[in-house]
Amino acid sequence: MSGGRHYLPLTDAERQEMLAAIGADSVEQLYDELPPAIRLKDGLKLPPPLSEMEALAHLSELAVKNRHLREYPCYLGAGVYDHFIPSVVQYLTGRSEFSTAYTPYQAEISQGLLQSIFEYQTLICRLTGMEAANASLYDGATSLAEAAVASCGATRRRKVLVSRAVNPYYRQVLQSYLQAREFQLEELPLLKGETDYARLEMMLDDETAALLLQQPNFFGLLEEMEGVAEVAHRHGALLVLSVDPISLALCRTPAEYDADIVTGEGQALGNPPSFGGPLLGFFAARQKLLRRIPGRIVGETRDNQGRRGFVLTLQTREQHIRRERATSNICSNQALNALAAAVYLAALGPAGLREVAGLCLQKAAYAREKITALDGFEQAFPGVHFKEFAVRLPGTGERLNRHLLEHKIIGGLDLQPYYPELGPAMLFCVTETKSRAQIDALVRALEGWS
Amino acid sequence: MRKEQALLFELGAPGRRGCSLPQPDLPVKPLDELLPPERQRKSALKLPEVSEGELVRHYTALSTRNYGVDSGFYPLGSCTMKYNPKVNEEAARQPGFAFLHPCQPAESVQGALELFYRTESYLKEITGMDRVTFQPAAGAHGELTGMMLIRAYHSSRNDQRKIVLAPDSSHGTNPASAAMTGYKIKELPSDERGLVDLKALRELLNEEVAALMLTNPNTLGLFEEDILEIAALVHDVGGLLYYDGANLNAIMGHARPGDMGFDVVHLNLHKTFATPHGGGGPGSGPVGVKEHLAPFLPVPLVEKGESGYYWKDDLPLSIGKIHGFYGNFGVVVKAYIYLVMMGAAGLRQAAADAVLNANYLMERLKRSYTLPYDRRCKHEFVLSAREQKKKGVSAGDIAKALLDYGFHPPTVYFPLIVEEALMVEPTETESKKTLDRFAEALEEIARLVEEDPEHVTTAPHTTPVGRLDEVRAARKPRVCWEGDEKSD
Ligand SMILES: Cc1ncc(COP(=O)(O)O)c(C=O)c1O
Repeated sequence: MSGGRHYLPLTDAERQEMLAAIGADSVEQLYDELPPAIRLKDGLKLPPPLSEMEALAHLSELAVKNRHLREYPCYLGAGVYDHFIPSVVQYLTGRSEFSTAYTPYQAEISQGLLQSIFEYQTLICRLTGMEAANASLYDGATSLAEAAVASCGATRRRKVLVSRAVNPYYRQVLQSYLQAREFQLEELPLLKGETDYARLEMMLDDETAALLLQQPNFFGLLEEMEGVAEVAHRHGALLVLSVDPISLALCRTPAEYDADIVTGEGQALGNPPSFGGPLLGFFAARQKLLRRIPGRIVGETRDNQGRRGFVLTLQTREQHIRRERATSNICSNQALNALAAAVYLAALGPAGLREVAGLCLQKAAYAREKITALDGFEQAFPGVHFKEFAVRLPGTGERLNRHLLEHKIIGGLDLQPYYPELGPAMLFCVTETKSRAQIDALVRALEGWS
Repeated sequence: MRKEQALLFELGAPGRRGCSLPQPDLPVKPLDELLPPERQRKSALKLPEVSEGELVRHYTALSTRNYGVDSGFYPLGSCTMKYNPKVNEEAARQPGFAFLHPCQPAESVQGALELFYRTESYLKEITGMDRVTFQPAAGAHGELTGMMLIRAYHSSRNDQRKIVLAPDSSHGTNPASAAMTGYKIKELPSDERGLVDLKALRELLNEEVAALMLTNPNTLGLFEEDILEIAALVHDVGGLLYYDGANLNAIMGHARPGDMGFDVVHLNLHKTFATPHGGGGPGSGPVGVKEHLAPFLPVPLVEKGESGYYWKDDLPLSIGKIHGFYGNFGVVVKAYIYLVMMGAAGLRQAAADAVLNANYLMERLKRSYTLPYDRRCKHEFVLSAREQKKKGVSAGDIAKALLDYGFHPPTVYFPLIVEEALMVEPTETESKKTLDRFAEALEEIARLVEEDPEHVTTAPHTTPVGRLDEVRAARKPRVCWEGDEKSD
């Protein structure tokens, strides 16, 4: 029969015994109340089942059809990053007491997860400078969309202003979320790859719930944001920043820009890129917004003997209590990815995280210099870069990527579909995982291409 | 004496570290040159400073204070806590899946696209739907996507409907998801059978109704046997029927939502298809639709062409994107290998065993607890502790008492229409012996309620911490640790 037979412990004898105990003659009888018209007579039409050995071989055949990042150096970023993951991360998150548990509803036998989430929340607060964080959301894109919705709730306003320098994928998700609610979304234009803040006063009005920015922005530029929060706040709008957590080891924190809500993609913290999921949406906010935060939150408490312990808290925000009046519909989140992030941050510590961020900064700068020194390759924007940078190309990005693939290199992101106004351009990302030799090989592959 | 576990922040010592990184292999520029001082972080970066060994001991200690499916029986109703095969993990961990970037050119990720395509074929056949998107990262995300699809469908017909119906027994995410799409929610009452009240449904239905959200079997574990009539009634007023697939495990291979008249379906791969819940996630909530809703699906979709698989982006009526990339691919890999191994007969057997296990336990437990809806159940059933409550013992107390027997308790206080609800879902991966031992524990607790109720109301007695004060946690929330670091 099926290759998954060994997941089903009941023997035929036991089935018979159990059927007898419930007064049924056959398993078929257990489905008696289903209308005959919908009962599947011939069963499902699926391929014949495979044994474990065959199934693994089949999956490996699919896997080897892919060119992966351990095989071909990859210069893609755009929200998903190739950072080094210490072995200890996979080892600890693989412990099945964590990985095979459900959401920790029963606190007394879930202290491991609850404490680890509390620690994760604390780590996110320390990185961002915020006072409260949740237990995770699906990804950086939905986290930003949830922040926009939360801002509309907090300010009782219906308009959101987003910079065109925010990740275009995130803006698409934002658009879907806001459109469903009939909230309005307006776009703040670009000026030389950065948000055009000269337009800010004009576009903010007393209907604007929030200003959504990304730091470093989609082009890897650290925007000059001094005073931006003050302008937003003067109009009664919240400042929401989507940030790269690795950058925060070196760069000014969202709190230091006086942001109200901070969101971002936490995949870079110990999670493999996994073809874009599972990722890790983090969400942190000022204390005053605590009750607007979507999703699970763990809080500290005491047990009946006064010992420290942790529970899911502030649940009156959530769907299982509030139903249609909940702050969000989120139920399952990305808990195991949050655990990976916590282990990663603890393994690296302050010195390690600063080193990773520093290596990104140095290597991206090295690559940027070398690439933009080539004929036909021009730095798209001036400004302060972190680990990504945009380059204008002598030919289309699509063609260039095909050329690089022939050199066993996965190139950068073709910007044309998202920013046609730039002409042929590519967004490169360089992290600590790229050696100088690899970067030099990339530069050689680019040289003379047009 | 049971001890507290130190926090990460209470471990370690300044200068200690848990990981090494390479020295720069290229000329290094001064930091201030690359990052002007005014853009640099001002506040101290207060992360833990622990050795790798300390880190491993910390999380190992935490893991011993946690309970998963691998630890023991986990009959958490509505959550389908079946055994998670280990081969799934090995398959998904391969670098050819785990180390793919979502923006790679399609020609370099043909195996990943093929995997999406093949999984879609399986799910289409299992549900009876015509197209599937994998973008939703969990069940609730699938509901939100489904509601957006329904809204887009009606809008495309210049039909601005305002109302979504959901049963009073429905999961909280149903009304919450409908509200996130701007719908007004009306609650559909259940009748004395525990099924949709057809009379009430007729009264609530009109041309303002965009959709009815239904779980089938419903959250009482009962099959909505009037489903064909319900579908006809909803469709007659131009509404659509939404299927919350949380309970698909009961009917896989026996019946399909598509044949029942559902227009949109979400599945929970982390329930029905054996991927682990990860302590709360990641899950995966693919959404399947009938042909008439396919033009509205999120972009991109996987297609198979002459020269291989590709992403189809040009869907002019699409609701857009609802996830940054393609959803939780890593979870889809695990579900796919499960499907490949189970096949049609295996899935059908799994569903039947899940239903048999539930009925077996129900028959036994209804002698000690109230069974408010006494009919054949599907994969789960809901008991009420209302008799125990009269003795001062609540469903929540009974759940805590079960912890001392080494079991994870059932879901409590859901669905909301059952007083003192205990919702039991054993799944197919449990043996008769486990079910018997669990029943014995619940029977013993029922006896204790009579003889020594205080023992139950003060439970648990053997867990790493005693009963935790949730009221205190919510009254003065501490969601981020602010204490001083201590060194060891
Ligand atoms: C009936 C029902 N619907 C929806 C959901 C939400 O699913 P998820 O947690 O994957 O978002 C659940 C999860 O518990 C459920 O039981």
